[in-house]
Amino acid sequence: MIEAIAAIDINAFLNSTLGENAWIPGAVLFATWETIYMVFISTAVSYIVGLPLALILVTTEKGHILENQRINEVLGGIVNAFRSIPFIILLILLIPFTRLIVGTSIGTVASIVPLSIAAIPFVARLVETSIKEIDWGLIEAALSMGANAWQIIRKVLIPEAVPSIVLGVAITAINLVGYSAMAGILGGGGLGTLAYYHGYMRYQTGVMWITVIVLLILVQLIQMLGTRWSTQIVSKRR
Amino acid sequence: MIQINNLSKIYSGGEQEVMALKDVSLTVNQGEIFGIIGLSGAGKSTLIRCINMLEEPTTGNILINGQDVTLMNKQELRQLRQKIGMIFQHFNLLSSRTVFDNVMFPLEIAGVPEKKARQKVGELLELVGLSDKARVYPEQLSGGQKQRVGIARALANEPVLLLSDEATSALDPQTTRSILKLLKDINRQLGLTILLITHDMNVIKDACDRVAVIDNSRIVEVGDVLSIFSNPGTPTSRSFINTIINKEIPEEILYRSVVKNGSTASRLIRVSFIGASAGEPLMSTMLQKYNVKANILYGNIDRVKDTPFGNLTVELIGTLELINQAMDFLRENGLEIEVLEND
Repeated sequence: MIEAIAAIDINAFLNSTLGENAWIPGAVLFATWETIYMVFISTAVSYIVGLPLALILVTTEKGHILENQRINEVLGGIVNAFRSIPFIILLILLIPFTRLIVGTSIGTVASIVPLSIAAIPFVARLVETSIKEIDWGLIEAALSMGANAWQIIRKVLIPEAVPSIVLGVAITAINLVGYSAMAGILGGGGLGTLAYYHGYMRYQTGVMWITVIVLLILVQLIQMLGTRWSTQIVSKRR
Repeated sequence: MIQINNLSKIYSGGEQEVMALKDVSLTVNQGEIFGIIGLSGAGKSTLIRCINMLEEPTTGNILINGQDVTLMNKQELRQLRQKIGMIFQHFNLLSSRTVFDNVMFPLEIAGVPEKKARQKVGELLELVGLSDKARVYPEQLSGGQKQRVGIARALANEPVLLLSDEATSALDPQTTRSILKLLKDINRQLGLTILLITHDMNVIKDACDRVAVIDNSRIVEVGDVLSIFSNPGTPTSRSFINTIINKEIPEEILYRSVVKNGSTASRLIRVSFIGASAGEPLMSTMLQKYNVKANILYGNIDRVKDTPFGNLTVELIGTLELINQAMDFLRENGLEIEVLEND
């Protein structure tokens, strides 16, 4: 009840002050929410798939605990192939696939498909780097205790790489903010769609600038949270 | 306990083949502290890793309590490794775990029930004197404390053998002594066989019962520490012993004013005696046999289990010919002579 009254008051206030532009704050707010939603879900999906891929990439390397050159080469090749496709082209290529899964290729939910698929190989390489930073001595120590590969992955590789992986999450999410804006141009929803339809197609430069500012704040916020999260983990261990 | 037979290891990287171990045979007895000393690159690190199969030997075999580890499958190897503790130069503790949980780690791997494991960790931390650091992360510990955690961790599954890979090489001399003392205590209290590798002859001298000297991928000499010190059979052993003899000469000796008269010459020499010859009265025999005078300026004697070794800085005074004869005499009797200053 109280919220409804507040909403009416705000609308009345906006109408009286902004006139014909009164729709803008609401639209920006909604588009921001859509962007956060897309980025959040696709970051989560890309880690659910990308993290295991990274672990396979690392552990199947020559001399590692699950050495298997064939798997390593094939997987590495696929990851590289996907990474070499520019996102805007991947977006178009994936339209039939997205339709198959979501039922449509337009809108926020539909955007999550290409965003996740673009981020998975990126995440795989990013996490791979994080895991490779771990001193081989730790793995050797675990081996010398009779640990099996799964125990080493669960008790050494992942926990030791966590501070670095967390920083990677922020990098991934920030990349996805950018990608989501690109997806927005093809009707993906979020701030990208807003900037494109109003800022570009209708010459409403003001709207364009507002989305830029919101994106800037969003990126700063994500980086800050990522850095703080990682530092927190590291300082706990000191 | 451990029997190594004709072990060789060849690393084949691309076109080049590197021979890391050549035909190594060794026996380590139950309950002893056995040291392997060698310079970096000599192959000792490969050798110790072959024992728990972190490195796979190219040829030869290794028997631990009669079982050939080179024939074991993965499952058998994991079980064997749970019974062989290992400690490392850089400790290799998990930064994501507290001291307590680091020691807990091998018990988790072995699937020990948690309650029992926790009790065991408590005992081990007590043993290495770190009970008060249980909740602390390794990053907050000193090097010596980290190695104590490493030792506690290595002992968690009640091993039959402890492998020490340069465990004191990153520590200062004082901490090294305390870690070696801990290892000796464990060896005595638990009857645990310890195989250690090092490049530091002090470690051999302070901790080991027997020693093998490895040079250029081969074992060049094996024996108990005492006999190697008293009678080193190879130049490699000799040079290792020399590394721990203090060779500093006080400046006032080098720059002292020499009183000379007429035809006498003098030679400032350093006589190094290692072991057996130290027990014989060679100096006095020399003085009686040759008409030279000896002025003993500086000396440095250390002992390994009651066998002296060390050096003397002596000024020989007499005619040049007699001095040379006297020096030849000492050389013939197995002493090492170094001329520090020609008059």
